[in-house]
Amino acid sequence: MTEWFAHQKALFFLNLIDDDRWRYLADGLVLTLEITFFALILGLTIGIIIAIIRATHDNTYDTMAPGFGKIVLKVLNIISKVYLTVIRGTPVVVQLLIMYYIIFATSNNKLIVAVLAFGINSGAYVAEIVRSGIMSIDKGQMEAGRSLGFNYVQTMTGIIIPQAFKNVLPALANEFITLLKETAVSGYIALQDLTKGAYIIIGRTYSAFMPLIAIALVYLVLVMFFTWLVGRLERRLRSSDH
Amino acid sequence: MTTEHNDSNVLIEVQGLEKHFKNSTVRALNGIDVKINKGDVVVVIGPSGSGKSTFLRCLNLLEVPTGGHIWFEGQEITDKKNDINKMRQKMGMVFQSFNLFPHKSVRQNITMAPIKLGVMKKDEANRRAEELVERVGLPDKIDTYPNSLSGGQKQRIAIVRALAMNPDVMLFDEPTSALDPEMIGEVLDVMKELAKEGMTMVVVTHEMGFAKEVATRVIFMEDGKILAEDTPEEFFDNPDNERLRSFLSKVL
Ligand SMILES: Nc1ncnc2c1ncn2[C@@H]1O[C@H](COP(=O)(O)OP(=O)(O)O)[C@@H](O)[C@H]1O
Ligand SMILES: [Mg+2]
Repeated sequence: MTEWFAHQKALFFLNLIDDDRWRYLADGLVLTLEITFFALILGLTIGIIIAIIRATHDNTYDTMAPGFGKIVLKVLNIISKVYLTVIRGTPVVVQLLIMYYIIFATSNNKLIVAVLAFGINSGAYVAEIVRSGIMSIDKGQMEAGRSLGFNYVQTMTGIIIPQAFKNVLPALANEFITLLKETAVSGYIALQDLTKGAYIIIGRTYSAFMPLIAIALVYLVLVMFFTWLVGRLERRLRSSDH
Repeated sequence: MTTEHNDSNVLIEVQGLEKHFKNSTVRALNGIDVKINKGDVVVVIGPSGSGKSTFLRCLNLLEVPTGGHIWFEGQEITDKKNDINKMRQKMGMVFQSFNLFPHKSVRQNITMAPIKLGVMKKDEANRRAEELVERVGLPDKIDTYPNSLSGGQKQRIAIVRALAMNPDVMLFDEPTSALDPEMIGEVLDVMKELAKEGMTMVVVTHEMGFAKEVATRVIFMEDGKILAEDTPEEFFDNPDNERLRSFLSKVL
């Protein structure tokens, strides 16, 4: 038994302490959080815009008077649908590789490539979540906003979206957590994120147990922390209703 | 065409208004002509499905007419070149289902439009909101959320929200139909008060008592047409239209 402990201790020192190897994980964690954060912002932005286009099309297209606006809406809706189909129909790793090797073949900024790939990917899922939220809001809310003199966009952003957002916050939180975990494939384009950090250590020490368990724990703690944070936010939002 | 709609007494003029919903075989509105003067309280009655809501909602273009013209303060609403959002600021609307914004406090519900649309500064809008909730007897509710209000209170706040923009006309679509009977009075009282102050109002309602008491004119609609239009006295005491008589015999 004591022998086993001694062995584990030696492995721990070998993998994490010697040569400051823990730094691979610390730096990797920072990069993972950076990619996740910026991809989240990008995903939310894309998602909300696509959701508004899709919901506007579904709610108003049939009753719209013919004209330039109607054609624009139709085109935007088709583009949105193609985007959703392609992004949700292909693996995120493939999208990341296409972004890196084909679209940004001449650029060296891997962080931006990763943020774009993960953000564009996440945007598709956010879009469908937010759209379902918009559709769940009573149409009287839009009418009340419009009757006061707000234009369509003002009513959407000031009245509909905030309520829709609140309704779909749990689903958005799930999407955020999925995004955080999906960034683990960033190593495919040689970015040294958390997972790649563990991989590098394994390459040096030829022992896999400690680095892998360490990053699994870090991911788990992150996810639990964000879940707790969202739960608190949700309770605060809900209490403002009553 | 514009000059003849600049009679300063006429607030809203409707000519040949038609509405044909795409997915429907009946014509919701089938040639409506009406003039609403400043200070008028026009009550619209008629059986369910006769086009009362559609008519009212066409007045502020929540429903886009398929034919005819509407002028508001001399400007044609149905002319796409005119800014409908600007015109709606002067036309308050009250819905059967209140449609308060649940994520905003009563105060924010009332001040949101005047502030965001640049009609009032924040201080001024707040003062106006306080004065208005006082007038409808709900001063202690100003910093609560809509979900904590009763139906009658919600509707009074919805009226206040529309009034905060200082509209020139108020449109009501069955404002008391969703209320428990004991709450109808408190909402009608607010509306009567408004009428007495000279607000121009178009009210779709089944409350015949309200029509008799404050209406300057009553309109009877059926099948998307106006079948009768008169002062409440003539209208209720001497109905000369057969359909109207039969309708009144059911509701009175
Ligand atoms: N959005 C709509 N789509 C299709 N038909 C509608 C719509 N709104 C109203 N209608 C139809 O138009 C007619 C008039 O309806 P409405 O104006 O709501 O009547 P009222 O308010 O007098 O009860 C009815 O036949 C109704 O079914
Ligand atoms: Mg109706």
